[in-house]
Amino acid sequence: MGTYIIRRLIWAAVMLTIVSIITFAIFFLVPRLAGATPESLASRYVGRTATAEQVKDAAEQLGFNDPLIVQYGRFAKGIVLGADYNYGPSVEHCPAPCFGYSFLTRLPVWPDLLDRLPVTMSLAIGAAVIWLIAGVATGVLSALKPGSVFDRAAMGIALAGVSLPIFFTGIVSLVVFSYGHPFRITAPGGSFTPFSENPAQWAYNLILPWITLAFLYAAGYARLTRAGMLETMNEDYIRTARAKGLSERVVVVKHGLRGALTPIVTIFGLDFGLLLGGAVLTESTYSLPGIGKYAIDAITNQDLPKVMGVTLVAAFFVVLANLIVDLLYAVVDPRVRLG
Amino acid sequence: MHRRRLGVAATGAVLALAVAACGGGSGSSTSSSGGSAAGSESKSEFNAALTQVVNPSDKKGGILKLANPGDWDSLDPADTYYGYSWNFIRLYGRSLLMFKSAVGKEGNQLVPDLAEDLGTPSDDAKTWTYRIKKGIKFEDGTPVTSKDVKYAIERSFDKEVFPDGYTYFNDFLDWPKGYKGPYKTPDINTDSAIETPDDHTIVFHLKQPLSNFDYFAQLPATIPVPKDKDTGAKYKEHVISTGPYKFEKNEIGKGFTLVRNDQWDPATDPNRKALPDGYEVSTNVNADDVDNRILSGDLDVEVTGVGVQSAALGRVLSDPAVKANADNPVSTRLWYTSVNGNVPPLDNIECRRAVQYATDKVALQNAWGGEVAGGQIATSLLPPAIPGHEDFNLYPPGPDNKGDLEKAKQALAACGQPNGFETNIAYRAERPKEKAAAEALQQALGRVGIKLTLKPFPQADYFGTYAGNPGYAKKNKLGLAMNGWQSDWPDGFGFLQQIVDSRVIREAGGSSNISVRDPEVDKLIDQAVRETDTNARNALWTAIDKKVMEDAFILPNVWTKTLLVRSKNATNIFVNDAYGMYDYLGMGVK
Repeated sequence: MGTYIIRRLIWAAVMLTIVSIITFAIFFLVPRLAGATPESLASRYVGRTATAEQVKDAAEQLGFNDPLIVQYGRFAKGIVLGADYNYGPSVEHCPAPCFGYSFLTRLPVWPDLLDRLPVTMSLAIGAAVIWLIAGVATGVLSALKPGSVFDRAAMGIALAGVSLPIFFTGIVSLVVFSYGHPFRITAPGGSFTPFSENPAQWAYNLILPWITLAFLYAAGYARLTRAGMLETMNEDYIRTARAKGLSERVVVVKHGLRGALTPIVTIFGLDFGLLLGGAVLTESTYSLPGIGKYAIDAITNQDLPKVMGVTLVAAFFVVLANLIVDLLYAVVDPRVRLG
Repeated sequence: MHRRRLGVAATGAVLALAVAACGGGSGSSTSSSGGSAAGSESKSEFNAALTQVVNPSDKKGGILKLANPGDWDSLDPADTYYGYSWNFIRLYGRSLLMFKSAVGKEGNQLVPDLAEDLGTPSDDAKTWTYRIKKGIKFEDGTPVTSKDVKYAIERSFDKEVFPDGYTYFNDFLDWPKGYKGPYKTPDINTDSAIETPDDHTIVFHLKQPLSNFDYFAQLPATIPVPKDKDTGAKYKEHVISTGPYKFEKNEIGKGFTLVRNDQWDPATDPNRKALPDGYEVSTNVNADDVDNRILSGDLDVEVTGVGVQSAALGRVLSDPAVKANADNPVSTRLWYTSVNGNVPPLDNIECRRAVQYATDKVALQNAWGGEVAGGQIATSLLPPAIPGHEDFNLYPPGPDNKGDLEKAKQALAACGQPNGFETNIAYRAERPKEKAAAEALQQALGRVGIKLTLKPFPQADYFGTYAGNPGYAKKNKLGLAMNGWQSDWPDGFGFLQQIVDSRVIREAGGSSNISVRDPEVDKLIDQAVRETDTNARNALWTAIDKKVMEDAFILPNVWTKTLLVRSKNATNIFVNDAYGMYDYLGMGVK
């Protein structure tokens, strides 16, 4: 088990390095191949009003005249060891992991990402709890009574949930439950209160984004669970369990659901990892200052250091989530042995 | 989003660069912030805030809530170049002069802020002197001196640290050779550019005469910065206030709050009433969300002042009650088409005039978004809000505004192209409205045989490499090119110089002037910048406008209009022409 984890961690580090190389190449190699010069790259840092001399100075200072491999080395060094930055009157150290500086704000990217992480985590965790409970429970109940009114209604709603995009359900939910005073159940969009500051306000502000996001995911999980349960409940070992006189609850939960859980855990790991990398549509619709909103703003402003930072952080979470999922397989399914 | 960036610096020649840029606005109104409320009764009717103060009140207290769909370029006075930011910055910073906080055109008037009076020019208008009021303090209680103003302007010189700012002071002041700002060249004496003979006097030395330097003195870069508190690129995180409000919290990318500055002395400041107790500003908020929250009363102001998004447009215009609470000001931005006289047969004035006559102005207006959200049909260059604007139309497009095809054909015949000609029209690929306008021109001009081929280019390189690069434009027959401009302040120089002075055109590209090459126009500009009499100077800007239109180098499309919705909770709401949006200095809370 220990060897397995170490091997996976090394592999995760290799994956992240590959992602960083690809990301760096997209932003610095591809433009060069398309004709960009060190000066045109530097001009993003000094704005439109800088003189040619100032742009040239900036290109030199930022190292854009160096070979690409040297530039990547500097970028990687910044992530591992940190980097220094000249603010004008003073030079300050940007501690590791230093992803560079925003074109727009001239401030380091990493503290921004750290600052936004609690928002995205709050959103992802809250929504995940709702969609797991609602999705799996609905799937199990539907599978136990296939063809019933409940099953048909639940699967119909699930189909709607999968089909309706967040930017539609989100806006509708805001119009009905936020902007419209008579039915207001939550704060207007754009509100976030840290959990540590006021847990009740934290939940009040997030309830609508949670439900909207969970509606999308719960639908998929309900269908997945139903399919898995239908298959599992027809297995021989379920019949054996019943024959042994176990209660139906034990049969369903301990034997049936556990058998159907493997694909759910797999997909959950991927979904949750991606969400931690930024729930772009949900955060944009509700103006939540999380990593997803940060990403979309960075892309809109063509703020490359921010985009690179978000990409690497998102990749980190996906890799991490997959690692955890692989470890969980052994817990969920006793037939799996890690090593 | 309307960014008012300065066109790039100039080649050092004659007039140097700088005046306007694309975006815009400036100004402010009410004589005493918060409200010149004085007198006028508020009326809830469409466009009421264009001519009067809506909900006038002197009530103090409350928090005004604002939201920005994007990020602020910077809160640092040296590094901000948006009209809305210049409007807002007066809440926490005091520049030498400022636009009066007043309704409509009255807001175009410059009034003293830090300074005791407007500037005193030397006879040749190359030296300008300002006296600074006594008793003005920073938020920490330190008195403001002329040296703080000088330092603030010096630091704005450094475009590597402050890339978002303008370059007016860099280009026009007589800086010593090799000067790169106080961070990189701290030991260079800058008295050749700015002198501070005592703590309350500041003297500016220019490289050339400039009769309207007072407009420079209202720029945010003249807001004082204490040298010992300057943190360079990080100063935006906590700007040291001289205005009635100071920063309480500032989370860049998310928002900030302002609270009262107890060191602000109203006795030194007749321009601000400072009615609210504070301001809550959120940034990077979904634009549609912002509109909905203003309409529901959860939010007071969309701070960029660009107007409601298309999703809310129908809702506002179709509901009389909602529409009665909206305003539709004309901004100082002109969308236009450059007609490049370097590209045959447009080197013949008659062919250029044929383009003017054949244009369907109604189709163009629709392409830009229609009468309310697009703009007012433009017949000349200077927008109505800018002094010097005069109503004239040298190329009447017929009674229905859809073009005078007969005159167009006559002009084509005079040009030696009776059957029309072929040329290309450039536009920025990322801008669907520019494409729609180019298509409208393609259809309209096709009626007289002028065949246009659409050529999209990336906006980042539009001026430097393509449409604004004279060699490329000529070689690739870019006879027409979509363009736009907004003045940095309501003045002919601010609006016209960068787009009609042929000396700002650079062979390497990059200038916003890509078509006007007339030595007569250049001479008139030189005359105007030396003219110290305001009326005479404005008459010169009018003459320049007419001359360019006679030359037919520019085909005006529309002067931009925006649809603004008033807050349900705010008082003293009015549009200041200098900024083309609600005046943030005047507003209070019910």
